[in-house]
Amino acid sequence: MKDGVNGVALGVCIFFFLAVTVMGFLAARWRRAENEHSLDEWGLGGRSFGTWITWFLLGGDLYTAYTFVAVPAAIYAAGAAGFFAVPYTIIVYPLIFTFLPRLWSVSHRHGYVTTSDFVRGRFGSKGLSLAVAVTGILATMPYIALQLVGIQAVLDVMGVGGGENTNWFVKDLPLLIAFGVLAAYTYSSGLRAPALIAFVKDTLIYIVIAVAIIYIPIKLGGFDDIFAKAGQAFSQVNPATGKPRGALAPPEAGQWTYATLALGSALALFMYPHSITATLSSRNREVIRRNTAILPLYSLMLGLLALLGFMAIAAGVKVQNGQLAIPQLFENMFPDWFAGVAFAAIAIGALVPAAIMSIAAANLFTRNIYKDFIKPDATPAEETRVSKIVSLLVKVGALVFVLTMDKTVAINFQLLGGIWILQTFPALVGGLFTRWFHRWALIAGWAVGMIYGTVAAYGVASPTQKHFGGSAKEIPGIGEIGYIGMTAFVLNVVVTVVLTFVLKAVKAPEGTDETVPGDYTADAGDAGVEAELPPATAGTSH
Amino acid sequence: MRVVIALCLVAPFVAMLWVGSYAKIDPTFIGIPFFYWYQMLWVLISTALTMIAYKLWQRDQRARADHKGGAAE
Repeated sequence: MKDGVNGVALGVCIFFFLAVTVMGFLAARWRRAENEHSLDEWGLGGRSFGTWITWFLLGGDLYTAYTFVAVPAAIYAAGAAGFFAVPYTIIVYPLIFTFLPRLWSVSHRHGYVTTSDFVRGRFGSKGLSLAVAVTGILATMPYIALQLVGIQAVLDVMGVGGGENTNWFVKDLPLLIAFGVLAAYTYSSGLRAPALIAFVKDTLIYIVIAVAIIYIPIKLGGFDDIFAKAGQAFSQVNPATGKPRGALAPPEAGQWTYATLALGSALALFMYPHSITATLSSRNREVIRRNTAILPLYSLMLGLLALLGFMAIAAGVKVQNGQLAIPQLFENMFPDWFAGVAFAAIAIGALVPAAIMSIAAANLFTRNIYKDFIKPDATPAEETRVSKIVSLLVKVGALVFVLTMDKTVAINFQLLGGIWILQTFPALVGGLFTRWFHRWALIAGWAVGMIYGTVAAYGVASPTQKHFGGSAKEIPGIGEIGYIGMTAFVLNVVVTVVLTFVLKAVKAPEGTDETVPGDYTADAGDAGVEAELPPATAGTSH
Repeated sequence: MRVVIALCLVAPFVAMLWVGSYAKIDPTFIGIPFFYWYQMLWVLISTALTMIAYKLWQRDQRARADHKGGAAE
C-alpha cells in the first residue's frame, strides 16, 4: 500500500462526488408532478419511470457498492464458492418475471406503496402486515450500513482517514460528510435523486469494469497466468483450518451449498423493500417485464467483476481485510487518475442504494406502523413528512452502527437479514397467486423460519468467529451443507401449509380480501388504475 | 404456448442449480476455467430465453384479448 493520501485519485473522486451532489438536489425538479406532497411522489417518484430509468434504478439498487467490494472479496478469499452471486442473479429474473407484474398491478389498483400494504389488503391482517414490515426494516438497516463499509474501504485505500492512530473525528469525517449530503438530497428529492444519480453510477461502473477486464489481464500476462497463480494460492493449506484455502471449481461437498445459496438469495432479492420500491416506481407492467430481460446485463458485469478477485491474487495483492482487495488492486494497477474514477464509481455506487433503501424502510414504517397503529387518519402530506424524517433516522442509525460497532457486526446482520427477508416470501408471493394460505398460518410459518434461521446462523462457527461464521449449515434430514435461509424457508412453508389445513378445518376467521382476481392483471390505462400524476411542467422525454 | 414460456423460464433454474454439471476446470476458454465462463454464458442464454418468454407472452396476451373482444361483441 502506498503511504499517505493519493491526491490525484482523491481529487477525481471529489469531483464526481460534487457532480452527483448537484444532480441529487436538482432531481427534485426533474419530472415534477403537481401534487408533490404525497408519498407516491416522494417515495415512488410519481410511479412514472419508464423502461430505461427503471433499469438504471434497479441496477443501481441491486448491484450495490457492497456487492462490488464483497463479491470479488469472497472470490479472493475462497475461490469458486464466492461465484454463487452469478447463478443467483441469473435465476432471479425468470423468477420475478412470474410474479412482479402481478404485484405491480394490484399495487396500482389499490394504491399500495409497500409489500406490507399488499399483505394487509390481501389477508386482512394487520399482524401479518406488521411482521412483513418489521422484517423488511430489520433486513434493510444493516444493508445500508454495509454501503458505508463500501465507502470506508475506498477511503482507506486512498489513504484518507486510514491510520489507526488518527483522531476518530478526523478519521470518520469524510464518511460523515458523504452521508450528510446523501441524507440532505434524499430528504428533498425523494426517489428521484437516486434515479438520476444511478445514471452516473452505472456509466462509471461499466467503464471501470470494461477497462479493468481488458487492461489488468494484459498487465498480468493473460487469464492463463492469472488462474494458474490463483490455483496455486488456493491449494496452499491454511494452518488454522488444515484445509486448502479454496478451489477453482467447487468440490462435491460444496455443491449443495452453492446451489442453495444461489436459489435462496434469488428468492430473497425481491422481498427486500428497496427492490420493491424501485419496481413500483415504474410506469406500467411492460416496463417490468422488459426489465427482466435487460437487467441480466448487470449480471454479466458482476461475473466479470468477480474475476477481479482472481486478478487480485495473481497481482500479489495482500490485504488482511478481504474487503480491501479490489480497491487495492485498482490502486496498484491503474494510473492514479483512473483509480480515482474507479473509487468514485464504488463510492457513488454506495449512495444510490443507500438512498433507495432508506426511502423503502421509511415507507414501510410510515404506511404499516405509523398509519396502521399510531395515527390511522394521517393525511398524504403527513405521511410524506413522517417518511422523510424516518428516512433520515434510518440513515443516522446505520451511520452510528458502522461507526460504533465492528464491521463484522454489520456483515453478520446483513447475513441474518437475508435469511429473515426470505421468510416473507410465502406471504407475499404466495398471496399474489392464491388466497388459500391462512393468515395465522403464515404468521406462524414466518415466526418458525425467523427463529430457526437466527438460531442456526448463531451456531455457525468459523476460524475467526465463534458465531455467525457463515451462512451455510448442515440441512437436517439431508445431511448436506446448505444455505440456512433455504432450510428456514422450507420449514416456514411446511408449517404454513400444515397450519392452513388445521385452521381451515376449525374454521378460523379468514379475514377479508379487498382485492379481486382482475386486480392482478390490470395495466395502466385500465379502469381504476391510477395513471401517473399529472406533471406540472413538461417532463423530460426518455 | 404457455408451456414454451414455462420451459424458457424454468431452464435457467435447472442449468444453474445442477452445479455438478459444470463444476470443472476444463475446457478452458482464453484461460478462464469452464466453471466461470459457462455460468457467464448462461447469463446470455437466460437473457435470450427471458426475452423469448416475454415476446411469446405478449403475443399470447394479445391473442387472448382478441378472442375475448370477439366473443363479447
